[in-house]
Amino acid sequence: MALSRLSSRSTTLLHPLATTSLLRRRHISTDTTPLTVETSLPFTSHLISPPSRSVSTSSQELLSFFHDMALMRRMEIAADSLYKAKLIRGFCHLYDGQEAVAIGMEAAITKKDAIITSYRDHCTFLGRGGGLYEAFSELMGRKTGCSNGKGGSMHFYKKDASFYGGHGIVGAQAPLGCGLAFAQKYLKDEAVTFTLYGDGAANQGQLFEALNIAALWDLPAVLVCENNHYGMGTAEWRSAKSPAYFKRGDYVPGLKVDGMDALAVKQACKFAKEHALKNGPIILEMDTYRYHGHSMSDPGSTYRTRDEISGVRQVRDPIDRVRKLIISHDIATEKELKDMEKEVRKEVDEAVAQAKESPIPEPSELFTNIYVKGFGSESFGADRKELRATLP
Amino acid sequence: MSAIIQGTGAATALTTLNSKKLVARSRTSLPGVDAGRRKRCIVAAGSDASKSFGSSSLLTLRHSHKLFANAVATKADTSATTTGHELLLFEALQEGLEEEMDRDPHVCVMGEDVGHYGGSYKVTKGLADKFGDLRVLDTPICENAFTGMGIGAAMTGLRPVIEGMNMGFLLLAFNQISNNCGMLHYTSGGQFTIPVVIRGPGGVGRQLGAEHSQRLESYFQSIPGIQMVACSTPYNAKGLMKAAIRSENPVILFEHVLLYNLKEKIPDEEYICNLEEAEMVRPGEHITILTYSRMRYHVMQAAKTLVNKGYDPEVIDIRSLKPFDLYTIGNSVKKTHRVLIVEECMRTGGIGASLTAAINENFHDYLDAPVMCLSSQDVPTPYAGTLEEWTVVQPAQIVTAVEQLCQ
Repeated sequence: MALSRLSSRSTTLLHPLATTSLLRRRHISTDTTPLTVETSLPFTSHLISPPSRSVSTSSQELLSFFHDMALMRRMEIAADSLYKAKLIRGFCHLYDGQEAVAIGMEAAITKKDAIITSYRDHCTFLGRGGGLYEAFSELMGRKTGCSNGKGGSMHFYKKDASFYGGHGIVGAQAPLGCGLAFAQKYLKDEAVTFTLYGDGAANQGQLFEALNIAALWDLPAVLVCENNHYGMGTAEWRSAKSPAYFKRGDYVPGLKVDGMDALAVKQACKFAKEHALKNGPIILEMDTYRYHGHSMSDPGSTYRTRDEISGVRQVRDPIDRVRKLIISHDIATEKELKDMEKEVRKEVDEAVAQAKESPIPEPSELFTNIYVKGFGSESFGADRKELRATLP
Repeated sequence: MSAIIQGTGAATALTTLNSKKLVARSRTSLPGVDAGRRKRCIVAAGSDASKSFGSSSLLTLRHSHKLFANAVATKADTSATTTGHELLLFEALQEGLEEEMDRDPHVCVMGEDVGHYGGSYKVTKGLADKFGDLRVLDTPICENAFTGMGIGAAMTGLRPVIEGMNMGFLLLAFNQISNNCGMLHYTSGGQFTIPVVIRGPGGVGRQLGAEHSQRLESYFQSIPGIQMVACSTPYNAKGLMKAAIRSENPVILFEHVLLYNLKEKIPDEEYICNLEEAEMVRPGEHITILTYSRMRYHVMQAAKTLVNKGYDPEVIDIRSLKPFDLYTIGNSVKKTHRVLIVEECMRTGGIGASLTAAINENFHDYLDAPVMCLSSQDVPTPYAGTLEEWTVVQPAQIVTAVEQLCQ
């Protein structure tokens, strides 16, 4: 029995125990006939009528969801072991459990739409087209990293895919996101900006300032609150008087989405994009969960029980949900999915091995990219030869 | 007191007559100046004094066709220069801004009351009517958010000019300025440039109170990745504004509340001032006085007294607060061997402190006396007029310091 490989796009051979009908067997990679799936939960809305629960998708899309989420999950777990092996230092915030948000969002938008998020950015970077090798190199502080090793875990950026990072200070990305939306409106781009923040950042003043500005000028901004119910070590009910983050926009419409259901996220983001282009800002609250602690220095079990974590993993895990969908719609068998996961694991391991070999930055890199065109620390001392600099 | 012109345009040098006019006008337009000061400033002119000391002044070379004779202010129509137009400092800023906005559609302005109101110091007057509400954006009062917004817009390629109504309010946006503005070019590995200009009036005004008399240059100076410049005359205000807008780096342009009504004749043709260069205000032989912004005028006033007493100070307006123009400063120190720094920010951790350290490190062998630094007192600026005067460095103190250093 031949194994199918997603990458080589070959047709699958029949599993000997499969159903008799040849017609029902599918080509994993090429089937794009639309499929309609119901989201697990209805959308709750504020000041707006919610989108329908029926999401149109296709086998290809579901399989790509599965593959990409498995890749993200595997990457985060690899990062976990690298951190414990002290190859990744500092702060490392892992996204496993929340993959559906990144995947569903990507499915609904183009590379012209901008995404900006906080420090839990590894998977968003991957979703925007970033490579595993660049990601691991950056995490390990190597020259080949996406920020040349000078940013670290919290500073992943990808300009050509409109991914604006990667920010360490909680909530500081909210005004930046409004700025991106402002530029899109100014330059008449017909694109939107998705500004992601967490339930912890939802209590920041600058978020409300940014919301006011976005609503005042009808900026095409979609503010997405990834509510994983814990702001660092403090539970949501202990830090927010009103945990209905989608309603906190007051005059700005909001939508609450099951963030563990990639299709619901996709539907909501599509809806939000259309709304933002026409009417201005909208808030999406993604009800999601993170399995790891806030960061690698946080065990994640002092403020919540292990039963809670394993409970969510059993009932609401995003990858399992897509897996069940794929199997129930006969798009692939359990074994094929497991093989796909093995493939993914191999891919990640290879990238890690390659990144481990990559060089550390040169000492002269300390002074590059502080200023544009080299003005700065290196270009002056007492005997600066160049008296004038010519400006553009 | 003539400024040496630097820039890409034709060098239309200022005459001494213009400088006298400048002095006379500036005195009348600054409120609350006592009559005693007014008398003193009309009497002597800087370049006359330098001629009498026989210093090899660049002024004499450039101004060879100008009149030096009189110490009395003469009328405008007898001036030798016919090109150029006269305007006030805030108008010069506006002109620079308008020219850049005409030139590049990516330049936009955002701040409180910049649009319909025309700017609280009239720097953006008329721009909203000309360019529209989106390019001259009236923001609500949320410094953190609109500074962040400007930086986010800059990441995509726009070139916002962010105005803080008073520099002190930008403390609310410190996180955005330090972390996002200064560091994004570095942490993104060079992917993003942040070509913003953050500008606003700061400094000690006329009894504005402690919170509205802040000097932020000392707080911002350690942020890596930004450049800071301080303008002091209409000429360099327009030049620095244009340079800052065209620069790919984030630039903070410090203006001073009391200098907005200075009048000067500036060239008609387009010119830009170098962002990292210091300005030689008055060449001399005995001592180097480094200063910037409003203190330049206190220093020049003290210079007149000093000249009468027989000293020949070299006055340099450092203009570029980060990075320092150690080339010009170094050459001056090598010539005079004595340095006095006169600044308006506080003593502790101020620009003078950094400059003292830089000079001591680099030019220690050339110094005949320790570097002296005159700064404002380390106190919140009081409201009472006399107390406020004592917080800031006064010309008499500068004279005493020079006498002390030149013993």
